[in-house]
Amino acid sequence: MSAIASGADPATDRPRRRRSKAGWNLLGLFVFAVAGFPVYWMLNTAFKPAKDAIDPDPSLLPTGLTLSNFSRALHIADFWGPVGRSLIVSLAVVAIGVVVGLLAALAISRFAFRGRKIVIVGILAVQMIPLVAMIIPVFLLLNDLDQYDKLSGLIITYLTFILPFTVWTLRGFIVNIPKELEEAAMVDGCSRTGAFVRVVFPLLAPGMVATSVYGFIQAWNEYLYALMLLSQKNQTATVWLSNFSTKHGTEYAPMMAGATMMALPIVALFLLVQRKMAAGLTAGAVKG
Amino acid sequence: MSAADTTTAEVPPTRQSPPPPPAGEPDARRPRGGRGSGGTTTPWLLLAPCLLVLALVMGYPLVRLVTLSFQKFGQSQLWGFQPAESVGFGNFAGVLGDGEFWQVVLRTIVFAAGCVIVTMVLGMLIALLLQRVSGWVKTLVNIALVAGWGMPVIVATTVFKWLFDSDYGILNAVLSRLPGVDLIGHNWFASGPQGLAVIMLLVIWGAVPFVVITLSAGLTQVPAELEEAARLDGAGAWGVFRYVTLPILKPVIVMLTTLSVIWDMGVFPQVFVMRNGHPEAEFQLLTTYSYDRAFVVNDYGQGSAIALVTVVLLLGVVAVYMRQMLKIGEVE
Repeated sequence: MSAIASGADPATDRPRRRRSKAGWNLLGLFVFAVAGFPVYWMLNTAFKPAKDAIDPDPSLLPTGLTLSNFSRALHIADFWGPVGRSLIVSLAVVAIGVVVGLLAALAISRFAFRGRKIVIVGILAVQMIPLVAMIIPVFLLLNDLDQYDKLSGLIITYLTFILPFTVWTLRGFIVNIPKELEEAAMVDGCSRTGAFVRVVFPLLAPGMVATSVYGFIQAWNEYLYALMLLSQKNQTATVWLSNFSTKHGTEYAPMMAGATMMALPIVALFLLVQRKMAAGLTAGAVKG
Repeated sequence: MSAADTTTAEVPPTRQSPPPPPAGEPDARRPRGGRGSGGTTTPWLLLAPCLLVLALVMGYPLVRLVTLSFQKFGQSQLWGFQPAESVGFGNFAGVLGDGEFWQVVLRTIVFAAGCVIVTMVLGMLIALLLQRVSGWVKTLVNIALVAGWGMPVIVATTVFKWLFDSDYGILNAVLSRLPGVDLIGHNWFASGPQGLAVIMLLVIWGAVPFVVITLSAGLTQVPAELEEAARLDGAGAWGVFRYVTLPILKPVIVMLTTLSVIWDMGVFPQVFVMRNGHPEAEFQLLTTYSYDRAFVVNDYGQGSAIALVTVVLLLGVVAVYMRQMLKIGEVE
């Protein structure tokens, strides 16, 4: 805090300001190093020769470049099966979530009706219930419906946390589209549906893409339900990674290679949408 | 939500107060209703699929959670050999009368409070720092933050497990290079508090980026003239922050804090995976404790009772969150 005081002094002369700027930059670089280190170390371990990974005095810098850890990771256990299942589940959840969510978002953002506020409060409140608390009854419910150990059961379950979030973010995007545009189209002879399809939908598309991608990431990353509702033979990618060990114990270098394979596409997707999503997220988000 | 509104808008407004649209919305709706397009059935038809799904997978389990917590429900009830019978408050009496339960509650609250406080303070400091650094440093920090934020929780957990590995972990090796420190072979998970501190670090690492990014968006809305004026009136850096920046950011901070409390009270995979699926007694938080009671001990009734207590504990926080949403006019 004392550092901030010197930086914001009203009567700062040039050289002093420059010096404090350098100090801030140094601090910023420190934050960068600390925040980025786990990611760096994951990549570093994944690409270094496996024997260097179990060096008791490890070098902080890369010691070589090899892909052998990746091929080892793919060999230890079936990788593509879990990834395929994760893909099916996440894509299905997003497809259903966006369609159903869009309809609901339209209802609460473009219509006035009795009970609207209650619906909004309800959707917000549902988001706030910790998923972990619901695992027991959901498990029993799916057991009763004969949906245990089926991907369809997991898809329905994921909709509970994808839907409220989708509705809420899409609502945010819709509210930002001026009503006048729609009304102008209707004055010009469009039906209400026509006005939506021709005017609102194209404007909404980027928001829908961002919401879908974010929902996809959430579904892809979910762990507890995937662990509880599917047996070993049907496991998804997150469970695959958490079970990563062999009869010789945990092999960390291939494990980091597996982690890299799981994280890279997701982080890349995330980079694409985070700017748009940071906004919608504050209004009640689902991370974690 | 003000931050939401401005970041989605093309041009961020200079003022923090939420733009008028929410207020204008009901008025604009009036003439439309008069036009008689759909009446009240259309919105309900549009809502129907969503409400149906939520009722099935959220509403029903929620009710079931409550009824379960009043029943004796074990293996034999699960397989249908015996009907579930009501035990009144038996499960709650059993849970609340257990000394271990209160230890778990205390541990969970300390853990979550630690995570939330450190996350918020660190997030605020980094957001303020980002205002003062050069552009390229800001970009670097943002990249690191977003990478951490986007990292799947399970991946982050396995990476931290590796960083803190007792034999080959980089942390022990690096710390031991410092003079007077010998951590070679140190097992961070031998004791509960130390292990939970590592898990706390993991949670904070994943949570700070969201806070920084949201607060940074909020900070851009603090009018420079206001800060200038406060400075001319003789306020120091702390005074400007305390009396200008903080009040303006308050709605965002309340929102972030309540969300963080909810997320951090619900921490599960981090503990579960760090402890290889069997958290020791010293590592149990309410979430893992409830899971353990249901799926390891096979007492689904008591497990539900614990989960219900967790939800009730959180209701207060949820209430604060909802009030804030109503106050800033997001839910009009």
